[in-house]
Amino acid sequence: MSALLQAEGLRLRFGAAPALDGVSVAIWPGEVVAVVGESGSGKSTLLRVLSGQIAPDAGTVHYAGQDVLALSEAGRRRLMRTEWGYVHQNARDGLRLGVSAGGNVGERLMAAGERRYGSIREVAARWMERVELDPARMDEPPRNFSGGMQQRLQIARCLVTEPRLVFMDEPTGGLDVSVQARLLDLIRKLAKEMGLAVFLVTHDIAAARLLAHRILVMRRGQVVEEGLADRVLDDPRHPYTQLLVSSVLAA
Amino acid sequence: MTLLLKAEGLRKGFTLHLQGGISLPVLEGEALELHAGECVALSGPSGAGKSTLLRCLQGNYGVDAGRVLLRHRGAMVDFAAAEPRLVRDIRAETLGYVSQFLRVIPRVPALEIVVEAGVEREAARALLRRMNLPDRLHSLPPATFSGGEQQRVNLARGFGPAYPILLLDEPTASLDAANREVVVALILEAKARGAGIIGIFHDEEVRDRVADRLHRVLPIGPAPATEAA
Repeated sequence: MSALLQAEGLRLRFGAAPALDGVSVAIWPGEVVAVVGESGSGKSTLLRVLSGQIAPDAGTVHYAGQDVLALSEAGRRRLMRTEWGYVHQNARDGLRLGVSAGGNVGERLMAAGERRYGSIREVAARWMERVELDPARMDEPPRNFSGGMQQRLQIARCLVTEPRLVFMDEPTGGLDVSVQARLLDLIRKLAKEMGLAVFLVTHDIAAARLLAHRILVMRRGQVVEEGLADRVLDDPRHPYTQLLVSSVLAA
Repeated sequence: MTLLLKAEGLRKGFTLHLQGGISLPVLEGEALELHAGECVALSGPSGAGKSTLLRCLQGNYGVDAGRVLLRHRGAMVDFAAAEPRLVRDIRAETLGYVSQFLRVIPRVPALEIVVEAGVEREAARALLRRMNLPDRLHSLPPATFSGGEQQRVNLARGFGPAYPILLLDEPTASLDAANREVVVALILEAKARGAGIIGIFHDEEVRDRVADRLHRVLPIGPAPATEAA
């Protein structure tokens, strides 16, 4: 078995500031990897580079044997529609607000090649149920839904094509704590059931502990520590990781 | 008897960067062997590093030096140097661990916690009942359970999958006498099926009933000052 996605020597500067300073990462099939670090550490930039949305100044990204950085825009979009998923922090960035809830899910299925209207509607309804939304509301627009529900809808839209790799950028950011727990548990359950590889960017250490098999700690564009999730959190080595872990309030 | 685990030359210390970088050495040259069907109790004064040793053997702490060879799928592998993916496999199949406290996952019911560890649903139910957790609690997430009830879910999860090697960190600490008896029985049954167990038992009565031998963990003092002859 080999890594599903592998990046090496990524460098990227925004003006004078290095956003990525020699980052190498790999993610294996079925593995949940969390990238933690504070704002500006480069973690969201890393996510965008790995998913081919921004080109780095240097370095390589390979997905299942393909050179992601050499893909045409059409090739990258095809990956995004089929084998990859991308969950935005803000559900409204990942949903089409002018389309019904069910349409948001079905649309992605159509983009991946499904043409039978009846089965699209059926699958969309099933997915709404899987993310704990009432399928009876599939014809309502997303704006009728709460923030947490919109986020679950975005996840349904993303997973309906059964991707192998899902990028998540602060999926619980901006949600109420009670809503966060439900969402995290849902992500955990779906990732396990579907054997998804998930690349999760979060500043929430508790979320990382709950979901991730492996944790990367980023600071100033560098991965300062990485390893087994519970070991990084319970036996942190790097001064910055120790600071991050000790800054979490125990409930 | 089959060798299940062999730790040698373990060194473990902590560098506290937020406290001016002070170093706390805890283990030095620690060595331990575990064979099938035996239970080794870690003993030694409080603060000597028993929990640290157990966590190093579980992979929760990384060691600074030394090896932890353990039998996984029939071959000895160096667990201390294993990649995270291999650690996950070993923990899923070979190395069970009962921590002192259950780390609860929001919304996951007690029964599912045991099932997710790889136990058949009916067997999980039976085990929870044996731990004196009534059926009405099985479908509830343990977040609202008492400390003792949570610990019994934790024990069911640890003993359910019949791991070849089991690490126990004060498994009876928050239990009443009846449940302590259940744990003693589970340990004796695990040994009888050939499991190797390493545990910390503060309850000496329990320890004497389950342990085949003691492994003393002694505090490592500061390096002795050179004395004038």
